[in-house]
Amino acid sequence: MGFEILSYGFMQRALVSGVAIALMCSVVGLFLVLRRHSLFGDALAHSAFGGIAAGLFLGIYPIWTAFVVCILSALGLTKIRQRFQISGDAMVAILLSSGLAMGVILISLAGGFTVNLFSFLFGSILLVSLENTIVILGLAGSILIVILLLYRQLVYTTFNEEQAKVSGIQVEKLSYLLVVIAGITVVSSMQLVGILLTSSLIVIPNVTAMLFSRGFKQTAILSMIFAVFSAVAGILTSYSFNVAPGGMIVLISIIIFGGSLGLKSFRQKKRVLVLNKEATKLS
Amino acid sequence: MKLAEIENLTVNYDGILALDKVSFSVEEKDFLGIIGPNGAGKTTLFSCMLGLLNNYQGEIRFFGTNIRKSKHYLRQIGYVPQKPIFEKNFPATVAEVVGMGLTKNQRDNTIDKVLQKVWLHELSHRRIGDLSGGQQQRVFIAKALVNDPQILILDEPVTGIDLQSKDLFYQILRDLNQKDSITVIWSSHDLDAVAKLASKVACLNRTLFFHGISEEFFHNENLLKMYSESSMQMHMHNHED
Repeated sequence: MGFEILSYGFMQRALVSGVAIALMCSVVGLFLVLRRHSLFGDALAHSAFGGIAAGLFLGIYPIWTAFVVCILSALGLTKIRQRFQISGDAMVAILLSSGLAMGVILISLAGGFTVNLFSFLFGSILLVSLENTIVILGLAGSILIVILLLYRQLVYTTFNEEQAKVSGIQVEKLSYLLVVIAGITVVSSMQLVGILLTSSLIVIPNVTAMLFSRGFKQTAILSMIFAVFSAVAGILTSYSFNVAPGGMIVLISIIIFGGSLGLKSFRQKKRVLVLNKEATKLS
Repeated sequence: MKLAEIENLTVNYDGILALDKVSFSVEEKDFLGIIGPNGAGKTTLFSCMLGLLNNYQGEIRFFGTNIRKSKHYLRQIGYVPQKPIFEKNFPATVAEVVGMGLTKNQRDNTIDKVLQKVWLHELSHRRIGDLSGGQQQRVFIAKALVNDPQILILDEPVTGIDLQSKDLFYQILRDLNQKDSITVIWSSHDLDAVAKLASKVACLNRTLFFHGISEEFFHNENLLKMYSESSMQMHMHNHED
């Protein structure tokens, strides 16, 4: 195997879609992680499972029903949280289990698990069609543009909602927009890593980047680099070793996270040693 | 010139009276210390003044305009919250925090200037979470100053801060009021600090029982006694609740 695999159409589509999804997940994920909504992506993915099942049951293209169910769930969850002051983690648990319950019921009514459903659960990036690649590129581009346009307001709101409100930012509208964007991101990324692993793509590159960087922009850029590297390396190695690309992508991002933890701990120990030496010299 | 006017402000939280017909005004260049025990309604008062709480009766005017009609007054106000809540590992430098919400042009012109005012310009590239509580509060003063406000509102800003940092913080507030002519509205438990710094005092205990010149309050034994008794009653009431 050399560069020849890059000449295959399915591989080109997988890599292009993978990079677009990785960029989208890392950027949207940074805002979710910093708002302590790391598991929100997981809950949305499970509600999307309900949407997929509804699509399969009704005979509608499942991705579209997943988009509808996921976005409505995200908006509903945010509204309920704001109105009834229920804690975020409790709402995530409710959304997660209700999506799964809805999915399981509809699937059993539709005649049980199918190969089609497994591709949504675990991802099927190597099977992504040209039409899907174009849709993913369009969605990723739109989401990145919206985030770029609202970057200042989103960062400020994420840092401190109260102060952002006082400075005149429409905090509640931005929260709704962010959950809609998160819903679109989760459904798009299902094709890369599947429903069960989507939240890892949202969380891991950002947590890894936060180990190294001091500033927000620096963190966002590092996170995008880790996410894109994991997606590309995961797709290529999964093809070489004939394993599921979704799992490989997540595994590589976990290896990067583990390596980063080790590197950070080594640098901290080295710094302590240098400080101790200097203290000894002075005394 | 009156910058802020509060008239008959009443707030009810599910039948519990948080503020009862509070009325006072703030003049240009005032350094107003708002004192009162826990639960006296200081934070509620600020929430109403900042447009964060709209479920109130009465009227609040800033620069002559009712705040229910327009939110433009907020551009002239810098706000420093009690203890800014943010994710401890939030990846933002001091300069990034101060510049949040600003355009690139605004950032270039103001960040250094306001950081110098709070003596933090040398720490502009440090991560906000790595600073001490006192330094973080100075960052939030700098942040409140970026829009060149006429009024600075601070809600018990030195809670949980060490003594040395408090002194520096108060020095900065005094300079902002006296040198930069910024009107300061500041709530505090620290009566000594209010006595030293504030030109006017408002005593709040759900209702306003004094508003006037600072010396009048601190040199009046009867008022001080009334304040202590009322604080004690509120303290007991809070414990019973």
